[in-house]
Amino acid sequence: MSWTGKFLRVNLTEGTVKSEALNREWARLYLGQRGLASKYLAEEIDPRVDPLSPDNKIIFTTGPLTGTNASTAGRYSVVTKGPLTGCIACSNSGGMFGAELKNAGWDMIIFEGRAAKPVYFHVENDRAELRDAQPFWGKTVWETDAGLKAHHQDPMLRVATIGASGENGVLFACIVNDLHRAAGRSGVGAVMGSKNLKAVAVRGSKGVRVKDPVRFLKSVAEQKQVLADNAVTSQGLPTYGTQVLMNVINEVGALPTRNFQDVQFDGARRISAEAMREPRRSDGKANLVTNAACFGCTIACGRISQIDPGHYTIVNRPEYRHASGGLEYEAAWALGAATGVDDLEALTFANFLCNEHAIDPISFGATVAAAMELYELGAITSKETGGIILTFGSAEALTALAELTGKAQGFGRDIGLGSKRLCAKYGHPDLSMTVKGQEFPAYDPRGIQGMGLSYATSNRGACHLRGYTVASEIMGTPVKTDPLVTDGKAALVKAFQDATAAFDSAGICIFTSFAWTLENVAPQLDAACEGEWTADYLLEVGERIWNLERQFNLAAGMTAKDDTLPKRLLKEAAKTGPAKGLASGLATMLPEYYAQRGWSAAGVPTAETLKRLALA
Amino acid sequence: MQKALLITPQLCTGCRQCEMACSYEKEGVFNPARSRIRVFDFHAEARFVPYTCTQCDQAWCKSACPVDAIQIDFATGAKVVYENRCVGCKVCTIACPFGTVNYNADTGKVVKCDLCGGDPACAKACPTRAITYVDAEQTGYDKMRVWAMKTDTAHQAQA
Repeated sequence: MSWTGKFLRVNLTEGTVKSEALNREWARLYLGQRGLASKYLAEEIDPRVDPLSPDNKIIFTTGPLTGTNASTAGRYSVVTKGPLTGCIACSNSGGMFGAELKNAGWDMIIFEGRAAKPVYFHVENDRAELRDAQPFWGKTVWETDAGLKAHHQDPMLRVATIGASGENGVLFACIVNDLHRAAGRSGVGAVMGSKNLKAVAVRGSKGVRVKDPVRFLKSVAEQKQVLADNAVTSQGLPTYGTQVLMNVINEVGALPTRNFQDVQFDGARRISAEAMREPRRSDGKANLVTNAACFGCTIACGRISQIDPGHYTIVNRPEYRHASGGLEYEAAWALGAATGVDDLEALTFANFLCNEHAIDPISFGATVAAAMELYELGAITSKETGGIILTFGSAEALTALAELTGKAQGFGRDIGLGSKRLCAKYGHPDLSMTVKGQEFPAYDPRGIQGMGLSYATSNRGACHLRGYTVASEIMGTPVKTDPLVTDGKAALVKAFQDATAAFDSAGICIFTSFAWTLENVAPQLDAACEGEWTADYLLEVGERIWNLERQFNLAAGMTAKDDTLPKRLLKEAAKTGPAKGLASGLATMLPEYYAQRGWSAAGVPTAETLKRLALA
Repeated sequence: MQKALLITPQLCTGCRQCEMACSYEKEGVFNPARSRIRVFDFHAEARFVPYTCTQCDQAWCKSACPVDAIQIDFATGAKVVYENRCVGCKVCTIACPFGTVNYNADTGKVVKCDLCGGDPACAKACPTRAITYVDAEQTGYDKMRVWAMKTDTAHQAQA
């Protein structure tokens, strides 16, 4: 407790399923979810394997708090070697699926090999079996979810599935559970597709137990109160969602616009949280219908939106006239500011399509932005796009490509390569706004300097969720730092990265960290789990995880040369806003970061560091 | 004063804290599948609706039970299943028009909401006050208050 102590190993090549005992010593060292599954992956595969080969493995994993009543404790992660990056990939998702897996009595599922024919994995408590997925192959997420529920006569089945994108190797295909929550980044959906694994469908009714229930309930109640007393987690996020950031980040001059050519977007207000709440002129209704919670979440930042029924995108498509997952900030940025599109309804439709077809809206939008720049340069023409006029600001191009990429058809196959490979293919590798092959999220490292270092050193390529220094540099949590300076950012980035790894391994959502530190997490874990869990020890676990991931990537062939940013961010200064005249100061921060980490000048953990972290 | 659970679906975010609180209170584990209160997610309509037993005065489940396993808790008005008497015949699950009495295959007994003896765990756990435990005779009070304000148009006439 609160691990179930067992996991499923599914060999897709052999068609076998077996139950194994969880390695308790590894659980003590790596906690769960991101950390523990990364340990299993690092132990079980050669880091040099082709991510889309049968030699790669893909792990669905919960954390020890997943399925308990701790706030936000419904998370699960998918851990594998990512095809977009060649790095270790760990994509975290909410919704209801993770808690269901835990309730079925399993901490993890490890999939290995490759099935000869399309299969899905059905788990009902102790009964777990591979089944024929031929009827669902080629179907969308929404069709597969409904189809599996109907087939099993089980409306309470929780489904995590890929769409045609993952089946056809779109390199940023994701895995969507509960219709609109995604293990979104690094192309984990393409790994599932490469294994002929369409979906994982779970039903659990065994219940989740904790070590010391009385102490646990008390601690959980106290920590929920902390979230309820914090302005961000009790008002900002439920009212506006993560989209609360759109106008804020634009104001501080860190909203990457038109493939990072600018740092402020004149259409920001029109695609913001505030715009989502305004009644439309057309039908008098707001884009946002309600907020929604993932399992166990007392914050409820989720957006549920409905597209204007008269909007050109769906006027002839009644099947989209319903509510579903609306725009979060990163998606609104990637689909909007990055591409210069300021049509909120079109962005919402593109977001629906990303969910329906299981593609990562961040990588998708960012890749379309790169393609738009290539098109305007003449490097891509209408001949390649199949007639799509791919200019910045074109909502028609955006929504057409969302559908083509989701279905892996036409020019969508080129977009499905991701920005790095697309820009290389069309002769302009410098225009790819990526780190280690993964597209940037929604914060320009010229206007928020710490994020430049965070992106460059992230173990899964450019990502905001590996060290969100925006919290400190913009929002002042836990302490305010100046976003325009590089001083002190190495230590800040390290602290955020290590703490985040611990949050991600516990089964809870990183958004709690707007109000919680590890001091708030530790007592809940300590009451729930065997062993002693203090904030200091969790920070050590986080640092251990970070170094484990780093070692995986180094063994996979990454070097310090990959800890960098595109030339545009290092050389071209921001043209407007508070960061006007500034480029990223990565060169100043990186050596200091290596030193802080106890790594050599070549970015390799020293023997001493490895020993200190029980990694050698 | 007799109290009742008051459910206000517009306030529900679908977080399932009520289901976890209920299952913990009744089963000693966090297990939404065993909760007496359930949250329904009408996704396409963007609505979440918690639903449980409303403790009918003339309870169909109680009338149908052949072994008198369902009794009234006079302190709360709850209709309570006495597990030592329940034979798992499931007649009550047929008799209840609302579906709020359900069979638990693990125990061979039926389960339903018993208001936790007057201190319902779901209401305490709800973070948005979508579930509250209030005077059974005044469950409409807040809604009446809102409409009362609308019906008083005197201030508009003066304006």
